[in-house]
Amino acid sequence: MLQFLRRRFLFFFFTYLVSSLTIFFLLRVLPGDPARVIAGGREATEAQVAEIREELGLNASLPQQYLTWAADFLRGEWGDTIAFRGAVNRDLIIERSVNSARLALVALLLSVPLSLALGVIAGLFENKLPDILISLLTLSVVSLPEFVTGLFLINIVALRWGRSELAASLGWWFPSSSAVPANASFAEMLPFLWLPAFAATLVMLAYISRLTRAGVIEELKRDYVRTAALKGIPWRTVIWRHVLRNALLPTITVIAISISWLVSGLVVIEYVFGFPGLGSLLIAAIERRDLLLVQAIAMVTVTVILFANLFADVAYALLNPRVELA
Amino acid sequence: MKLETISRLYVAIKRTARSQLRHPQSAAGTLLVAFFLILALFGPQLAPHRNPNDQSHDVRVPPTLDLGALQLGEHPFGTDRLGRDVYSRVILGAGSIFRIAGLGTLISVILGSALGLFMGYQGGWVDEVIGRVIDALLAIPALLLALVLIGIIRNLDFAAGSWQAALADNVILLVISVLYIPIVARVARSTTLDIKTREFVEAAQIRGESQFYIIFREILPSVIPSLVVEASLRFSYAIFLVASLGFLGFGARPPSPDWGLMVNENRGGFYQLTPWALEFPALAIAILVIAVNLMSDGIRRAVQKGT
Repeated sequence: MLQFLRRRFLFFFFTYLVSSLTIFFLLRVLPGDPARVIAGGREATEAQVAEIREELGLNASLPQQYLTWAADFLRGEWGDTIAFRGAVNRDLIIERSVNSARLALVALLLSVPLSLALGVIAGLFENKLPDILISLLTLSVVSLPEFVTGLFLINIVALRWGRSELAASLGWWFPSSSAVPANASFAEMLPFLWLPAFAATLVMLAYISRLTRAGVIEELKRDYVRTAALKGIPWRTVIWRHVLRNALLPTITVIAISISWLVSGLVVIEYVFGFPGLGSLLIAAIERRDLLLVQAIAMVTVTVILFANLFADVAYALLNPRVELA
Repeated sequence: MKLETISRLYVAIKRTARSQLRHPQSAAGTLLVAFFLILALFGPQLAPHRNPNDQSHDVRVPPTLDLGALQLGEHPFGTDRLGRDVYSRVILGAGSIFRIAGLGTLISVILGSALGLFMGYQGGWVDEVIGRVIDALLAIPALLLALVLIGIIRNLDFAAGSWQAALADNVILLVISVLYIPIVARVARSTTLDIKTREFVEAAQIRGESQFYIIFREILPSVIPSLVVEASLRFSYAIFLVASLGFLGFGARPPSPDWGLMVNENRGGFYQLTPWALEFPALAIAILVIAVNLMSDGIRRAVQKGT
């Protein structure tokens, strides 16, 4: 176990190193002058470019530049933004990350129970009607790009159905846009979260439910299930007490994987709904040529994902004594 | 040798076709992909208006398509707010998505499998180092890496006409290759590890064949089935990625008839005016994505059953 933990932590640090090197060198090694881009492109004067080069330490050797940059990142000094005047990258990113985390939380609360239920039902009725219906649903609706489902939710559900008299009489209302103030409280934001969270749910639904289905089917074939059934234990008890317990163990890993799925899925969804999260900030930073902000967002996202993966692997190993510690 | 290759190819195609017939949904997917491929190849001949940016029509004409009477009418999918024929734009847009996704898949399968074969056959520390770097790279979500790459490359100023500028113009192609080469390499590597212990490889080694010969003439043929499966899977992801990046405004620049771009240009307030200008390209993306998924599912099933 100790050896597994050591290997896992080593891999964590190695992965962190490789991804930070990737993010750092993409900007430095590619042809072109980052200092000039940051200074404002062709209109910038030589003096301005030189000043920025000095400020960013671009005159030092590459390894030295990387070390300063990495140390600055770890200390939380992520530079000033160009795209959003007057703001500091760190404050901007933290505010937007909180919003994205809220959206991700609602999305997880919606998608995990729903897809587990669908997966278990599909697994218990393997190749029968419920299974076929669920796999058709997950395959067709869910393999769609996020922006297609997102636009469907905005234009059909929120604008067309949400404004019908039936919806009004039921008191049912979904805002078609999630363009809320970035510093709104969670309670203020909640009504605007449902629709984008549902769009994110659709993205994850197929994936989690398929994994769960496979887990249930595999467990049902085990000898202990047959033994339990032959002993005369009611089938319901066998399912609840034995099969589901074992089949749902991988769920922890699945949730961690969904977090990194969420990160990329949320970029598109936030953009479609105009939600003030980290993903829409990334798009804005790219559009407004704010390279330092792009770098900082990428580093923050990678950090979150690597920690989620590490946590999942360790938790899984602790909970499952049979895990292969390879 | 030649004849044997042909007969093996024939058997593989027959097996795939038979397996597709047993699963009507993958047959339907394959047919739909073929349909879109025809649109992509012969778009300029099939579209009623060859120029996608021909603004000479009336603006905001509703779709004249009548499914009941099976009539296309003047503007089957209507015209957008600039008076461009949506039907022609959708047909002409098939070309770019197929070209970028197909070419990107091709590049990453060729380079990725070469890398994977080399890693798997070589083994040792070369394999260990490259393998670990690939694992680390794959921990970064694809879309994030794609956006960071695009964000940086698009923002660097290049002299017009230089190779760097050409690179920046094909940034999506570059992104697909960068993202998928490691994934393909991993698949090719693991299959190679299995194949290289077989007797026919040992025989070739004892015969004193060159490493190049052993990798490409002895091992590669046995790795091809898993590469085919991986290629079809990569293609379906590539289509998805190209559409998403186009929608985010990082693909083709306006006024290209790119489906994702068309969806983006006609959302928001414009949707109220010309819903059809958003709905038809979105529908095209949806159908193509589902069809490609069903097709690659079918290919995987056929290949796995055969081995």
